[in-house]
Amino acid sequence: MQRGRSDVEELAEDESGEELLLSSDRSRQAHITSSSSAEASLRLAFAKFQSTVSAHSPMESNQAKPSLLASESDSQRTLSPYVTGTSVVALKYKDGILMAADMGGSYGSTLRYKSMSRMTPVGKHSLLGASGEISDFQEICKYLDELILHDSMWDDGNSLGPKEVHNYLTRVMYNRRNKFDPFWNSLVLGGVKKGEKYLGMVSMIGLSFVDDHVATGFGNHLARPILRDEWREDLSFEDGVKLLEKCMRVLLYRDRSAVNKLQIAKITEEGVTISQPYSLKTFWGFTAFNNPTAGAEGS
Amino acid sequence: MFGFSSLVVRMSSSSIVEAPPKGGFSFDLCKRNEMLSGKGVKHPNYRKTGTTIVGLIFQDGVILGADTRATSGPIVCDKNCEKIHFMAPNIYCCGAGTAADTESVTDMVSSQLQLHRYHTGRESRVITALTLLKKHLFNYQGHISAALVLGGVDCTGPHLHTIYPHGSTDTLPFATMGSGSLAAMAVFESKYKEGLNKEEGIKLVTEAICSGIFNDLGSGSNVDVCVITKGEKEYMRNHLKPNPRTYVSARAYTFPKKIEVLSTKITPLKELAQVVEAGDAMEE
Amino acid sequence: MSRFSPYDNNGGSCVAIAGADYCVIASDTRMSTGYNILTRDHSKIYKLADKCILASSGFQADMKALQKLLAARHLIYQHQHNKQMSCPAMGQLLSNTLYYKRFFPYYTFNVLGGLDNEGKGCVYTYDAVGSYERVGYSAQGSGSVLIMPFLDNQLKSPSPLLLPAQDAVTPLSQSEAIDLVKTCFASATERDIHTGDNLEIVVLNAGGVHREFMPLRRD
Repeated sequence: MQRGRSDVEELAEDESGEELLLSSDRSRQAHITSSSSAEASLRLAFAKFQSTVSAHSPMESNQAKPSLLASESDSQRTLSPYVTGTSVVALKYKDGILMAADMGGSYGSTLRYKSMSRMTPVGKHSLLGASGEISDFQEICKYLDELILHDSMWDDGNSLGPKEVHNYLTRVMYNRRNKFDPFWNSLVLGGVKKGEKYLGMVSMIGLSFVDDHVATGFGNHLARPILRDEWREDLSFEDGVKLLEKCMRVLLYRDRSAVNKLQIAKITEEGVTISQPYSLKTFWGFTAFNNPTAGAEGS
Repeated sequence: MFGFSSLVVRMSSSSIVEAPPKGGFSFDLCKRNEMLSGKGVKHPNYRKTGTTIVGLIFQDGVILGADTRATSGPIVCDKNCEKIHFMAPNIYCCGAGTAADTESVTDMVSSQLQLHRYHTGRESRVITALTLLKKHLFNYQGHISAALVLGGVDCTGPHLHTIYPHGSTDTLPFATMGSGSLAAMAVFESKYKEGLNKEEGIKLVTEAICSGIFNDLGSGSNVDVCVITKGEKEYMRNHLKPNPRTYVSARAYTFPKKIEVLSTKITPLKELAQVVEAGDAMEE
Repeated sequence: MSRFSPYDNNGGSCVAIAGADYCVIASDTRMSTGYNILTRDHSKIYKLADKCILASSGFQADMKALQKLLAARHLIYQHQHNKQMSCPAMGQLLSNTLYYKRFFPYYTFNVLGGLDNEGKGCVYTYDAVGSYERVGYSAQGSGSVLIMPFLDNQLKSPSPLLLPAQDAVTPLSQSEAIDLVKTCFASATERDIHTGDNLEIVVLNAGGVHREFMPLRRD
């Protein structure tokens, strides 16, 4: 059976044929520089727009291409992430969605960047948070900007809601994994539209689900147990923030790539607010920490 | 080491007589197994206690806790096993990892402690148990996969330690181990305070274990708790049973289909032959 | 360093039982990865046509792609033929769809339940690359090794080698079949770590589609 190649990345790749020459190590950033003239970028944007419409179609091409079999050494795909962000934690509350993420950007085990904003609004009704490869996240943001731009260009009074954006992201992530060239991220998408709260997650391989609270990476191990115990449907804004801070504090204690500088973002019917960076109060004063081996020398 | 010497005996004497084991592990088939796994032969699965085990220090002593699920891959092989092992009357030890390793290593050290008590006539100290455990585990370089939470109260007060399979140890006011350690640690990190009383301590330990039970698939079933105070201990087996079966059918399911008999043939016994022994019975 | 793997196993079990005039399709709602629960409330059952319901477990992203693909193919079919696809037709389509990805498979384990053209219950069971068979009952997914022997014992179906071919549908009444499904899921949850949280049961008969839920162990 013959199927059209019908998703964003494929077209983008075709459009910027010169990317292989431009890129040295990590091909993805090449997208940014590849099309120079305004006309070319418009053409690209339009092609992408057409393809984004069809990206919603489930008839995406999943066929593994012969090039997949090429050796890894000459591959231009992400085989491992470079600069990464750690957990994102989000929950539904009375009026919308609250999301928290710290601002660290790790280069392996080095804390390389300390002011990485990993949450961004998408359109009028959605909020996106990301953990994993930062450059991939920034690329995804570009896709979303275009998606939202072309949606608003219809000027028909309709706008993409969180459910649509989540579905779009799921297809983008899944298509990239089908090409063995994944976006190395776990994405959290929250939003409110027409009184409907929405909170979902997408992983690197296109795995997606919705829930009342979600967390990525280490947050899955450390934050969700707390959320499952303490989350309630009618959480007020203050209690929601308190709960998120509780999760972030535990992550700060136990996740080595977490840093004590975080942002909390809120999305309601009124729109997105992302807080200024701030830090949490921590406690390291247990007497047992002062002389842990008292009475048990050598242990 | 013992296994190695027995191998030498076999090779030099060319007879296939097994040298009597002198204790310790036998390494006879290690080389063979290595060769086989190099050729892609799968090793059998061991019973793991993919576990949540925790411990904390409260105002009067130590509280240990454990779930009761033992798994083999994705299958639960024991729904109500015991993971809090006896070390000495004043010391208990929770074990996570390969069930056989945690049981044997705690048993062995427990008997060494008993011998030591016979020798000295004094109560065992937690540091002694800790040293015996870590020396043993370090000797085997992590091949004995036992991750332990050791707790007890001795003449120097309450002690809580974690021991990793490679033999490293840690001394902490609260500790968690096993596959559910992060879920349990999330509870401790957000709720632990110094100077908890007994009720608060038991409640927090139970909560931490429940967090492991409900959030970690390797942990499940019931909560065991052990409270150790000066000169006293309280072992609360199945302190909480939060996971009853959710559906019991009103119908009684039976398994009535017996094996079908396709044909029958009866061979009668031969007539019993009497053998009369001649001569006198041999003297003993 | 972490290496990319395009697959994951999100666990879960699916069961379908065909009766004379009904079909029961059931699945748990837990979605897990490794030792982690991702969500306790994720349906693995998807209605493809009026008389055709798919339950699948395995890799959730592939499951979703497969469901979307089949839904689109069914929409085209409806436009072309002005009717709903029959369950046997959907059974063949699913097989073809799975086999078309033979060398980069959908990592999904499916059972398709529904009513055939005579209104009789039918169940199709699959492997990940499209080998399929019409049966009277089936179980797929992480708990299938526990459920299948129990179903075999309770609902032994006639050999497919018998001539003339015998009906594979089970002799149970609809309520008995639902009770059997509940029992085997409660039991599978006791012993399979990836099965649990909630049981979703969909019953299909001449009256339409009926859906019910039952809690399972959450540990």
